Amino acid sequence: MSAQSPQLHPVEATATTEQISEDARRAAEEARVGWERFEQLIAEDKRVEPRDWMPNNYRKTLVRQVSQHAHSEIIGMQPEGNWITRAPSLKRKAVLMAKVQDEAGHGLYLYSAAETLGTPRDELYEQLYTGKAKYSSIFNYPARTWADIGAIGWLVDGAAITNQVPLCRASYGPYGRAMVRICKEESFHQRQGWEILYTLSHGTQAQKQMAQDAVDRFYGPALQMFGPPDDESPNSKQSMAWNIKRFSNDDLRQRFVDMIVPQAEALGLTLPDPELKWNDERGHYDYGDLDWDEFFSVVKGNGPLNHQRLAHYRAARDEGAWVREAAAAYAAKQQQAAHDAALLTA
Amino acid sequence: MTETAQQTEQIPAGGVIAADPAERSLWPLWEVFVRSSRGLSHVHAGSLHAPDASMALRNARDLYTRRNEGTSIWVVPAAEIAASDPDSKGGYFESAQGKAYRHATYYTQSEGVPHL
Amino acid sequence: MSSFTTQDSATRISVGDAITPEDLSSSGAAADEKTARYALILGDDSLILAQRLGHWISRAPELEEDIALGNIALDLLGHARFFLTYAGTAWGKTEDDLAYFRDEEEFRSARLVEQENGDFAKTIARQLIFSFYSHELYSRLVDSADETLAAVAEKALKEVAYHQDHAAQWLLRLAGGTEESQRRMQAGLESVWAYVQELFYDAEPTAELAEAGIAVLPSSLRESVMERLTGIIEQAGLRVPEIKGAFGADRSGRFSEQRGFILAEMQVLARQHPGASW
Repeated sequence: MSAQSPQLHPVEATATTEQISEDARRAAEEARVGWERFEQLIAEDKRVEPRDWMPNNYRKTLVRQVSQHAHSEIIGMQPEGNWITRAPSLKRKAVLMAKVQDEAGHGLYLYSAAETLGTPRDELYEQLYTGKAKYSSIFNYPARTWADIGAIGWLVDGAAITNQVPLCRASYGPYGRAMVRICKEESFHQRQGWEILYTLSHGTQAQKQMAQDAVDRFYGPALQMFGPPDDESPNSKQSMAWNIKRFSNDDLRQRFVDMIVPQAEALGLTLPDPELKWNDERGHYDYGDLDWDEFFSVVKGNGPLNHQRLAHYRAARDEGAWVREAAAAYAAKQQQAAHDAALLTA
Repeated sequence: MTETAQQTEQIPAGGVIAADPAERSLWPLWEVFVRSSRGLSHVHAGSLHAPDASMALRNARDLYTRRNEGTSIWVVPAAEIAASDPDSKGGYFESAQGKAYRHATYYTQSEGVPHL
Repeated sequence: MSSFTTQDSATRISVGDAITPEDLSSSGAAADEKTARYALILGDDSLILAQRLGHWISRAPELEEDIALGNIALDLLGHARFFLTYAGTAWGKTEDDLAYFRDEEEFRSARLVEQENGDFAKTIARQLIFSFYSHELYSRLVDSADETLAAVAEKALKEVAYHQDHAAQWLLRLAGGTEESQRRMQAGLESVWAYVQELFYDAEPTAELAEAGIAVLPSSLRESVMERLTGIIEQAGLRVPEIKGAFGADRSGRFSEQRGFILAEMQVLARQHPGASW
């Protein structure tokens, strides 16, 4: 049934038996009532909950966005996880471990939210496994040096938080609630990244160089995390009309740039954009063009590490399959045993 | 989950238990409730997947109390929760409205009288 | 069905009031030379195992398990930081001096914790043995005459109780799951069994410290730990491996090929920048 136009499906409309047309009529009526209530909820900026009627496209858009967000958390564990065993101090090792572990948790919260829309988690996993699903392109870049861990925390998590704070008010209840929990937990992620860079930029010459190099590499891709410019982002408008998205890609990007310029100054590091300067008239920082060709190339799968990231994910799923099956088999046996015992005593 | 779906999950006598058809995931979904401190109710915190109740409890501890959020946890199979139908919201909850006489504020004569 | 998550008390977070390695460092507690050498043994086991477990994050069989193993690794890393911090007070060194700038032959870790992760069953076998051992150890160390060791043991004991439970739960599930999981769990136990006995080696200066009521004599743990291990393995329907302890069970590292690789990876960055702060 098409949600936008609650009319009879052509086949149903021409069906000859009375029962079919009666069912179709009732379904159409339900859709009409549901549609009106949905529109009203959105107009009043209220929350839509899982069991409410919602247009198919709203549901599809959300499943896509929420699961992409979840996939990003999961793939995002890899570049940082890569440094857990090499972190240069025990304190940093603990912080990093806790952070990467949080990302697993955030992926899990988001998969849970997506599941309330009717798509089981295993199906969402499958979409990532087969390469059908997308995730944030930034994670296809390598974390080569320790300073990259700082840059990821400061810039990548910083951009993510800028994006996520408005999502706490997303019209879909479970998504908004997952974002609240995530934002609360992530407040330490950006700070720890900034602190790593601060320590490096106030350390030895080699450390400072390492920090600057990381910022040089992550600045552009971090700004691209907000998505393509507004005039090339076809889905944004609908998402904003549905109160899923609250601000446009470019608005969020501007907000982020305005935020990081003074932070970079406090770090004593330079942002690699010669066109970056304060614009008194606009009350914002102007920034230079980003390399969108590279962005779309990475999105299409040609980033430096797309293949590696997916292979890592697949290997973990493949190697864990026997464990998941064993636990399920054990649970079934236990349940069966309890059931048999109950029969005996009955 | 609808009532009919719940009914089809009845364990067949002596038969093998089928995987939950509504879940379509190898490990079923559990809803997690956390009591943040003594004196407060358990509150819904979120959900997770686990093969059985005992692992669900442990996973809930690992996932939902990493920052000292709780002193007690409940887990409930998501499929076991019966929920009111949002479509009958009117019928369910209209009746409670418009009955101001159930509330103390309805009674104004006693204003100014101590301890009333 | 998550249609009624609330944002109030279920997400109220706090730091809690347990002791931290930083507290210990600023407490002014100072270990003597011998106690420090004992603390190194305890710290090295936890550190190396945390290092091994840390590798699981993003590779676990399921997301929930990424988080569970992460929590255990974080607990162990915490224990390591307590013990190394305390040990360092005897020599004016920090936890990082000890973790990053000691060579292979200076570490005191047991080969059990140095074993590669292998498959999930091998990791669970290693966890089972180490958590049963350390639970017994800490349950006695809480009575240590050394206040600092006793305080750390008290914190660690509660955490290790959970590690024991985690390993035992998985042992039961893998042993009683599918044919494949049973085969792998049995193989997992067998792959690490030769390294169990080293845990009970009375490395110097433990005997002397045990006499003074400061340390727990490892050999005194053997009977109860082995009894409990045997019990749970049999309860799970598996065979207790009949594998003798491997030669060279003295924590010296002279008979370990793995320690070098672990340290090479763990220390590489810190050693490229000696004297740097992070």
